[in-house]
Amino acid sequence: MTKEAVQLPLPGFDQDFAQWRADYSKQIGADRRIVNRSGIEIKSLYTPRDLDGSAYETDLGFPGQYPYTRGIYPTMHRGHTWSQRQLIGLGTPEDYNARVRQILAAGATAISFLPCNSGFRGVDCDEVDPLLLGTCGTVSNTVDDMDVALDGVPLGEISTAMNDPSPFTLLAFTLGVAKRRGIAWDRISGTSNQSDYISHFIANHMFYRLSLPGSRRVLTDHVAFCLERLPNWNPISVVGQHMQQAGATPAETVGFTLSTALQYAEDCVTRGIDIDVLLRRFTFFFDISISFFEEIAKFRAARRIWARLARERLGAKNPNSWRFKFHGQTSGVDLTRQQPLNNIARVATQAMAGILSGLQSMHTDAYDEAVATPTEETARIALGTQNILREEAHLCDVIDPLAGSYYVETLTDQMDAEILSVIAKIDAAGGMYKAAESGLVQTMIGESARRYQEKIERGEEKVVGVNCYQFDDEEGARKPTERPDLERMKAHIERFKAFKESRSRSAVDSALAALARAAHDKEDNIFARVVEAAGVGVTHGEIVACLRKELGFGRPLIVA
Amino acid sequence: MKSPRLDPPARVLVTKIGLDGHDRGSRIVAAFLRDAGMDVIYTPPWQSIAGVVKLATEEDVDTIGVSSLATDHLIVPQLVEALREAGLGHVGVVVGGVVPVDEQPALIASGVSAIFGPGASRDDIVEHVAALAAQSRAARDAELREWTP
Repeated sequence: MTKEAVQLPLPGFDQDFAQWRADYSKQIGADRRIVNRSGIEIKSLYTPRDLDGSAYETDLGFPGQYPYTRGIYPTMHRGHTWSQRQLIGLGTPEDYNARVRQILAAGATAISFLPCNSGFRGVDCDEVDPLLLGTCGTVSNTVDDMDVALDGVPLGEISTAMNDPSPFTLLAFTLGVAKRRGIAWDRISGTSNQSDYISHFIANHMFYRLSLPGSRRVLTDHVAFCLERLPNWNPISVVGQHMQQAGATPAETVGFTLSTALQYAEDCVTRGIDIDVLLRRFTFFFDISISFFEEIAKFRAARRIWARLARERLGAKNPNSWRFKFHGQTSGVDLTRQQPLNNIARVATQAMAGILSGLQSMHTDAYDEAVATPTEETARIALGTQNILREEAHLCDVIDPLAGSYYVETLTDQMDAEILSVIAKIDAAGGMYKAAESGLVQTMIGESARRYQEKIERGEEKVVGVNCYQFDDEEGARKPTERPDLERMKAHIERFKAFKESRSRSAVDSALAALARAAHDKEDNIFARVVEAAGVGVTHGEIVACLRKELGFGRPLIVA
Repeated sequence: MKSPRLDPPARVLVTKIGLDGHDRGSRIVAAFLRDAGMDVIYTPPWQSIAGVVKLATEEDVDTIGVSSLATDHLIVPQLVEALREAGLGHVGVVVGGVVPVDEQPALIASGVSAIFGPGASRDDIVEHVAALAAQSRAARDAELREWTP
């Protein structure tokens, strides 16, 4: 027997609905008004009345089909689950190498590289207090350093995600290593994870290096170089994570991120890059917060909006260009110092939202991230959380399993509208580059951050252990914080200084001169000169200093 | 307990030293302190210790709040020492952000007055900074009296 689709109005629907509403009001008394982080009012019940079933083909469609609301591939997690890509990086290049070898021995097929904060600041290890070196990432200033860090790593077979902001010296060092080992560059695969300079400019994460116009030029050169020479490399990852971490609402975050993606796409097209060659290499990187359904609606809406923007606004013809590929990281902002083991439950909830949203790659935070850089044990638990959700909870059996939920579909539409209104605001300001330059975005984020904090202070947003269910758990029995060995770090700095003395001064000078000339010659490619400079021993700090001088320094824009 | 109100209002420098730039916390705390009636001098991240000492001198601040989210707390004792050497021993220092429990005693021993971790309440922070500023102001005034002929 085939089932007939039931058409609205359902027989008896209105009467029963009115009855429920009367009963509900009677029982609940004065109802609370609930508004999600993005400012959308949440009802207590959603029904078939909230859904317009006729929009299925245009707004939802099937997995792997435009507009990809239900997923960007036909098989989604039923075919391949997400890549587990945990960020790693601490200490000296030797320390990183020991850790990455463990990870590879445990079966990892993808690695990541997180540089020391001094790298993010654009300086070498001999320019800062050794106490601060290697505490949040690995010190890596030269091809030699990268060679040590990647010793025994099969470059060319393994995907490497580099947390590598402009001017992308980590990639330049990696290419130097590949050359030494005789590995063809077209076999190098991975992602330039921190290529999104606008997000750095807006969200003051860690990075401040080049002026906005300088960063713009370096990025388009980097993209052009990679598309031509590194066919397996993703040169652009557009990052919503920084903005949400800095306090943007989930809807604002997606609005800003997609506006940023539009900006980069338009800049690259202006430089003469074909939109379809470009967009198939676009990836996105987002925070997954604990506002469960809001996050799921956020990602479903983001997929749909990006597909439409890529096709209709950017004019991309190839379906590969319409696919919104994203990496999700569980949000560290939601984690608490109080009762830290509770964070395991928070991370699991966030990760579940990410999985149900159909992400392509994930990092789960360790439960102690609100307190310190994770230990090996806490990092293992974070991975275990992913494994449990994938293997035991059967979250991957059905594609887009929350589709059709009256609530989730309604919320997806509402988030969609909210995101579009943010994009319209940025368009009105002249695009993301101008909106960041003028401080508009920073002001919006600052206001949202403050509104959210005030909700916590007033107890409207509850945080377990912080403003409710508190108990005295001070000074938990945490193991001593792991810090890089200071003596080994100092020895590394001495080796680094000796290396600088040993280089051919004339080769270094002429490479830096070529880099400086490229900065003022639009026909030249700055990133190609960065790669050459790295190859003759020019250091990270020297490359950044040269470009800072030629292209200008990016001062933080503070909006009170 | 009502926090003591200084006249002229407490002058507080909210800053970040070292390498990290996560400034959500420092911006929010600066706004809270300003709302509580204090004069807040706010700096972007990545200040040098010498720069902070110079600013503290020029702005005649009572208290300094240092926000640290990524291990920059490790050099806060150097800041406290530099303040002392510059004759600003009366200026109270508080730290906010992520400081591992086992690394907190070293900060307190160096002279940091309090450490506010994630989840610290606005009222606790405002209360403490106001009290500390009053104490710093009194210590400064006492020093000044000693020097007045």
